[in-house]
Amino acid sequence: MALPNKPMGELKAVRDPEVDEREVDILIVGGGMAACGTAFEIKKWAGDKKILLCDKAAMERSGAVAQGLSAINTYIGDNTPDDYVRMVRNDLMGLVREDLIFDLGCHVDDSVHLFEEWGLPVWKKTDEGKNLDGKKGQKMGTLKSGATPVRTGKWQIMINGESYKRIVAEAAKLALGEDNIIERCFIVELLLDANEENRIAGAVGFSTRENKVYIIKANTMMVACGGAVNIYQPRSVGEGKGRAWYPVWNAGSTYTMCMKVGAELSMMENRFTPARFKDGYGPVGAWFLLFKAKTLNGLGEAFAGSDAAKAELEKYAPYGTAAITPTCLRNHLMLFEMKEGRGPIIMDTVTALAELGKTMDKKELKHLESEAWEDFLDMTCGQANLWCATNTEPEKKNSEVMPTEPYLLGSHSGCCGLWTSGPDFDWVPDAYKLKYKDKVYNRMTTVNGLFTSGDGVGCSGHKFSSGSHAEGRIAAKSMARFVRDNADFTPTLKQSNEELVDLVYKPVRTFLDNQGFSTHVDFNPNYIKPNGMMYRLMKATHEYGAGTATYYQTTSKMLEVVMDLLQTMREDCEKLAAGDLHELMRAWEIEHRIWTVESHLRHIQYRKETRYPGFYYQADYPGQDDENWFCFVNSKYDPAKKEWDVFKKEYIKIIPD
Amino acid sequence: MPSFVIQEKCDGCKGGDKTACMYICPNDLMVLDPNAMKAYNQEPDQCWECFSCVKICPTQAIEVRGYADFVPLGSSIMPMMGTEDVMWTCKFRNGVIKRFKFPIRTTPEGAANAYADLQGKDLDSELLSTEEADGYTIKTPAATV
Repeated sequence: MALPNKPMGELKAVRDPEVDEREVDILIVGGGMAACGTAFEIKKWAGDKKILLCDKAAMERSGAVAQGLSAINTYIGDNTPDDYVRMVRNDLMGLVREDLIFDLGCHVDDSVHLFEEWGLPVWKKTDEGKNLDGKKGQKMGTLKSGATPVRTGKWQIMINGESYKRIVAEAAKLALGEDNIIERCFIVELLLDANEENRIAGAVGFSTRENKVYIIKANTMMVACGGAVNIYQPRSVGEGKGRAWYPVWNAGSTYTMCMKVGAELSMMENRFTPARFKDGYGPVGAWFLLFKAKTLNGLGEAFAGSDAAKAELEKYAPYGTAAITPTCLRNHLMLFEMKEGRGPIIMDTVTALAELGKTMDKKELKHLESEAWEDFLDMTCGQANLWCATNTEPEKKNSEVMPTEPYLLGSHSGCCGLWTSGPDFDWVPDAYKLKYKDKVYNRMTTVNGLFTSGDGVGCSGHKFSSGSHAEGRIAAKSMARFVRDNADFTPTLKQSNEELVDLVYKPVRTFLDNQGFSTHVDFNPNYIKPNGMMYRLMKATHEYGAGTATYYQTTSKMLEVVMDLLQTMREDCEKLAAGDLHELMRAWEIEHRIWTVESHLRHIQYRKETRYPGFYYQADYPGQDDENWFCFVNSKYDPAKKEWDVFKKEYIKIIPD
Repeated sequence: MPSFVIQEKCDGCKGGDKTACMYICPNDLMVLDPNAMKAYNQEPDQCWECFSCVKICPTQAIEVRGYADFVPLGSSIMPMMGTEDVMWTCKFRNGVIKRFKFPIRTTPEGAANAYADLQGKDLDSELLSTEEADGYTIKTPAATV
């Protein structure tokens, strides 16, 4: 056997990559739902401008919707944006940016109507109140023409969404033009202007297909690369590490790249630990809402409706006592049962399907079974396989539910992200309007010319797929305005091309400088491989950062420990090594993850209360402290001084109760 | 292990313009060994089991074996992609087989309307391009605090 002393990947990295320099008016970083929204919208407003989109993967199947979805979770329809704000506000324990949420609520349906026009099958109700799938439902007309969707909850509608992302990406690519898209281009650092303070001027990245570094100057830029996954030790640590609930390739790149150029973050303490079918992480929404299933504790009790649960929820009034219990508190009740020795928590699929079956004929029952399977096959295929492997037919055998490892995101039931401008309406408070040269630019971050959307925008969760797309379109129009107003700007980079190549390819050069010292390519005292660093990060967060090891609990002392560990990790990242292009991608991803986690824990450290019981517990400050902490927590990393600042930001209520 | 490639069936997409699984994998896992002209999953423990490679493979050479840490052996789920529907075959460990057919899109591939000719008029309003074309009015809050 040959010595294991050569890089493993098929695409070996070389010391001196080709350099591809570009200059554009508008740069779109990312290729998920938000970026597809921007790509669709941008040429309608900036058709004469030079636009470029860079996606780390292939747009057809990139981002959180790559696998498909079985529902669109935000469709306003007959509801009002005002009520949408109230729902999001209650779910996120009172602290949200109501301007951003209302604004999104005004535009999200237009994106859903486009999806349906492009070919996304949307379920419809017949006049008799029966459900039709997206193909049969076409005869009822489109949502835009007034057809009734199949609602599972107040805001969700059912779709046949296996090809959801392919359809949305197709329209995005057609609108922007293939020539203006670079796939497999991983942007890793943003660049500030050399002449003007706090002004975006470009970005740098590399190809994961050939040895090439991209140096791109831009007048304005949108960064939407999703949330952060695999930052805490997952419940499955072998092969199953990949079965993350959120897409495993989301590396916190949005937050890290923006924070490194000084963009203000908000509510980074917020996280999401969804309760899902155990191990397979299949969705539970349809089971609760469509099939009306209940969860039982180990004693067979429907604990969520018990007197003890009601008493527990009252501690968190008014959120806990609202008609819809906030997501974190639903987790809290589940964890309460488990900690009291009344686990495991079971989704009673058997009773739910039997109840529904009472009023159905054989054909309808068959369709119901098919709906239950489609819910998994459209968006979490692995869960369907787990049911098959464990001989689970949901009408005959119940399944366990479990809260997952923590995730950071701003588009689902979480709200961490960047502090951005709201729209320029009279009803929006001045404090929520970010200006550049006296003009307000919706969804711009605190760095001039830098925009974000989707998971990137903080304080406004519950956008989901449709809302992220709509927000990408909102940002597109805002960016078009920005380049019109600032057409005379010439981006100038501080760094030379050599410096930038050295920055991006540093892990490659570290590898090549030290390769051969030892007989195993992964074990060498002069460098660390990204895989090893990933395990180090996961162990630290798991044990000290309120991971699953401690039932999501941390303390002030534990936070001190983990901050120390993170500091060392950041130092050691200087010695990351990559022998091939795939490993170079992993090296940059772990760098992004570490910075994102650090911001998350700095925020938890700063907020001296437990705002989101069920998502995390600060044991030194249990419970909510509205008197002192009914405010946002924001933070800013100063790229010049290399210092962090964490501070309070006023919450302003806009929509009455 | 997540996705695996059946040696006998994979021809490295030699007749195509790209290696399909390598093109599509959202996590850059599928790669081609150019000497063997076979693809493989280079980092199975980072596989999301999203089935993108399974669905795109022109020779049906890719399948998924559930994660060793929690999925018992003996089951399989396989999609067959059509232009309008996907057909799933789900095999249980105990031999039970279930088949499901779901719609995937209602328009021909490539036919999504990108509104390529639509040009926005008022860049200073908050209306999106198709909203402006439809004459949509942006709502304001019914009441404010």
